[in-house]
Amino acid sequence: MSYRKINIWNALDWWTVALYLILVIAGWLSIYASTYDYDQTSMVDLSGRSGMQMIWIITSLVLGFVLLMIDSEWYEIFAFWIYFLIIAVLILTVIVAPDIKGSRSWLVIGPIRIQPAEFAKFATALAVAKVMSVYRFELLNLSNFIKILGLVFLPALLILCQKETGSALVFLAFFLMLYREGMPGFILFLGFCAVLFFVLSIRLSDVFWGQTEMSQFVVLLIIMIILLCLLYNYKKGRHHLKFLAPASAGVTALAAVLSIYLPGGLNLSWVVLGIIGSLSVYFLFLFIKYRAFHYLLIILFAVGSVGFLYSVDYVFDHILEPHHQIRIQVTLGVVDDPSGAGYNVNQSKIAIGSGGVLGKGYLNGTQTKLKYVPEQDTDFIFCTVGEEKGFVGASVILLLFLVLIVRLVYLSERQKTTFSRIYGYCVTAIVFFHVAVNVGMVIGITPVIGIPLPFFSYGGSSLWAFTILLFIFLRLDASRNARL
Amino acid sequence: MKNRDLNMEKRKRYIISFVAVVILIYIAQLFNLQVLNNDYKEWADSNAFLKKILYPSRGILSDRNGKLLVYNQSAYDVMVVMRETSQFDTLSFCKAVDISLADFRRYLADVKNKNKNPGYSSYTPQLFISKLQNKEYGILQESIYKFPGFYIQNRTVRQYDYPNAAHILGYIAEADKQDIADDNYYIRGDYIGKTGIEKSYENQLRGEKGVEILLRDVHGRIKGKYEDGQYDKDPVSGKDLTLAIDIDLQAYGEELMQNKLGSIIVLQPKTGEILCMISSPTYDPSLLIGRQFGANFAELVKNPYTPLINRALNGTYPPGSTFKPAQALAFLQENIITPNTAYSCHGGFPIGGRPKCHGHGSPLPLIPALGTSCNAYFCWGLKAMLENRKYGSRDAAIDKWRDLMVMQGFGYRLGVDLPGEKRGLIPNSQYYNRAYSDKNGKSWWGPITIISIAIGQGEIQLSPIQIGNLAATIANRGYFYPPHVVKEIKDTPLDSIYTHPRYTGIAREHYESVVSGMRLAVTGGTCYGANISDIEVCGKTGTAQNSGKDHSIFMAFAPKDDPEVAVVVIVENGGFGATYAVPTGRLMIQKALKGEVPESDKWIEQNIKNTTILRSVLPKN
Repeated sequence: MSYRKINIWNALDWWTVALYLILVIAGWLSIYASTYDYDQTSMVDLSGRSGMQMIWIITSLVLGFVLLMIDSEWYEIFAFWIYFLIIAVLILTVIVAPDIKGSRSWLVIGPIRIQPAEFAKFATALAVAKVMSVYRFELLNLSNFIKILGLVFLPALLILCQKETGSALVFLAFFLMLYREGMPGFILFLGFCAVLFFVLSIRLSDVFWGQTEMSQFVVLLIIMIILLCLLYNYKKGRHHLKFLAPASAGVTALAAVLSIYLPGGLNLSWVVLGIIGSLSVYFLFLFIKYRAFHYLLIILFAVGSVGFLYSVDYVFDHILEPHHQIRIQVTLGVVDDPSGAGYNVNQSKIAIGSGGVLGKGYLNGTQTKLKYVPEQDTDFIFCTVGEEKGFVGASVILLLFLVLIVRLVYLSERQKTTFSRIYGYCVTAIVFFHVAVNVGMVIGITPVIGIPLPFFSYGGSSLWAFTILLFIFLRLDASRNARL
Repeated sequence: MKNRDLNMEKRKRYIISFVAVVILIYIAQLFNLQVLNNDYKEWADSNAFLKKILYPSRGILSDRNGKLLVYNQSAYDVMVVMRETSQFDTLSFCKAVDISLADFRRYLADVKNKNKNPGYSSYTPQLFISKLQNKEYGILQESIYKFPGFYIQNRTVRQYDYPNAAHILGYIAEADKQDIADDNYYIRGDYIGKTGIEKSYENQLRGEKGVEILLRDVHGRIKGKYEDGQYDKDPVSGKDLTLAIDIDLQAYGEELMQNKLGSIIVLQPKTGEILCMISSPTYDPSLLIGRQFGANFAELVKNPYTPLINRALNGTYPPGSTFKPAQALAFLQENIITPNTAYSCHGGFPIGGRPKCHGHGSPLPLIPALGTSCNAYFCWGLKAMLENRKYGSRDAAIDKWRDLMVMQGFGYRLGVDLPGEKRGLIPNSQYYNRAYSDKNGKSWWGPITIISIAIGQGEIQLSPIQIGNLAATIANRGYFYPPHVVKEIKDTPLDSIYTHPRYTGIAREHYESVVSGMRLAVTGGTCYGANISDIEVCGKTGTAQNSGKDHSIFMAFAPKDDPEVAVVVIVENGGFGATYAVPTGRLMIQKALKGEVPESDKWIEQNIKNTTILRSVLPKN
């Protein structure tokens, strides 16, 4: 192979760097705001959180610079070395880490505390990219697929051992990359459905609308809509939608209205279940008519989903011990636990909700300032933005993340090597997973899973890890044209 | 490259769409939380702000001579913010405030009961125990940190230096559900005037609550004042009142009325100020403060002689002969009679064999008729008026008569600055047409039918204050200031109705005739018992028939030519006016004008004080 000498400063994607810098600075200001107190310290006072974050930012910039200077080849060459080094550190952490607030994920070396779990993400991304970029690598080959799963789940498992469930779950993000690389979409889809149905059915259990238990009704309704969407996907049955979709919607709406006026009430779940049954019968008819196998798969999905829903209900209500139930419910924010997860989300929603359209103004947030929101400079940092900058500010931050993620997709797609593209998608997926789960948790949509908001949350390990993750990709991208 | 097929290109778009949809859902949720939903803002405020109410001190009441009647003393309420409570040693709490565990549970349930406590919110301080004793306060104050969510609120209770004038002063009590619903100034645990001056001058007395907005962190720790106290408000103290009441005179009157039912009012005709207003039986106002309030109040409610009722304003009586001067004035003003008009009386008004009269000469002109309280004279007068053709009809005549009565302050509330005043009854033509009509709706009443109103019987009902006001009007020769108990409100002018005279429209010379008649009644007529050597008293007795023994009534003013006081005395079931009401009036006039009762009258004083006139009543259950 031969190389063309490139000028890194010309080839660097400055858009991404700019977004990175904006988010990091915004994060820093938010950390100052959320730790700002009446006995205030200066923004750069090293005894305060914002002062420390400033150190992390400066060192991150140095780190980013160093990473850009390293030749892109080295990342590919040392991918496995880095991976195994991190695995070793993770194992070491499991063994020696002290218990800090229930977590055993911190490695303490003198005054320095680092969280190896944060660094496992980029290492795994490098290793997976390396394995998958091997010539003639076929993902759909079972042994290859298992190999990849092994690479991803090994660090996840070790992190789980450190009682960092959130950080372990982040490794699910790799499936988004695998999807891009050819993993059948239905795996992602089924996985997504399973998580969605599980969370919904537990979160909405005990919510009743008349006779209807909302958990079942909502999930069944989603299944019904998915079935109709699937029908649209196949050309042959598409024209049937013209009457199937309005009919299904009409029956459901009619039943909903009836249930209000009917003296005995009406369990809407049964109505929707009936519609799903009818649709399945109809699909069976289409299968026989067109001899198209995928209609049978749709029926399978319908039956499987309904079965899954009722078994979740059954397992949850009858097999799990009460304290397990409560634990899951609290994690999902169902049970109002004043001192636990439910409280956090509630306070966080209050803080954000009180911000209004334009917010209370920088440093004027009462909820965050008075420490109503827990973990407000780490996992719940988005609250500060919501309270002080309002709907406008919070939306701008979310849109910045959207632009960053779309930019990362674009960059990944323009890579000329499989290694760079796969690594790029890993970065995209990890950043997206963090943003989606973290912000979703803060605004009360997703369950409470404690993972930081990329570039924003306080913490050296987190900021360093995201900087490394991003800047390795920026270096790879800068040298995409170097290889001839 | 193998993977870069069309299918994979499509997946890139799916991924971007998925990310975009998630972000849009999040922005929608932000819109919901921050723009659509207002609850969160309120929650945030109650989260972070502790609005501490600063109670103003209630206005102080003193009597016309500057004697302190009602003032304030510190008391302590235990407040609770339910959201801030957490597990604590309930038993040691109960011990500190000296309540039982069952009480504790009940109080807690009461706080949360929306029926009993409509303003309940788990974010704001709620009244838990009111009016702690000093000792309990001391114990609790030391250990309050152990009971998260509980606070001690400092406020004041009323304190009384005299056991008198309960009806005038009234009492304050915790604002009830209705009070809170009527005026959102009040929250549960606030005090509000329930009767007397405390009620009628509530807005002046209560002052204005202040508020201190403190920032509080998640552990309930106070982090300082919000915006350096920019939004805080200092409480404004209630206004102090100086009463027209002379507390010594009041106490003396109450002493005279002990063991009797009825009332005494002494007015200053020149100003309408009420110097004393006794309603008997009465009670010690300090019974209705502090934690004994409930028990004592129940006891007073149960008392069959209704000590909580202010008879001077809320009781109405047939005025009997005290009504006759008002008749004389009406007849004179309408030229029905002149002072020289004489009517014969031979033991009563002859027609229908009704109102009887006592032995006196006949015929009599007006002045001796007033002096001897001749029933027939006023019956003839009323008959003459009702039959007078100048009115055109019987109805017009009675309505004219009624107007003249109303002008003298009867039939409507006088506007006394105390709650619950009764308007009494002066009938008009409509009233009689309804009362005396046959099946066809045609009324059949005539002057003879209603003749007893001429002597203050029949349908006539007056409250003691209206009778007293009649005496004041005659003393003033034709005008009165509406009677009032508050002389001065600090820094605020008195309501203008108390500073502008109301004229009766009856000529002064007619009043002079009536004054002469009333003077004659004292010097040589029915109220001879009120004849005081050095004070020219003018008076009129009354004997009000009712279902029980007659009420004894006396109204008077003195001195005749420069009246300082107008007096009314009603002793329920006291018999003839002269028996009890006149001597009581005699004593009151002397006490009011001289400050004391001369030695020579002490035997009367003793006699009155020692008299018990209590009709037997069924005890209330």
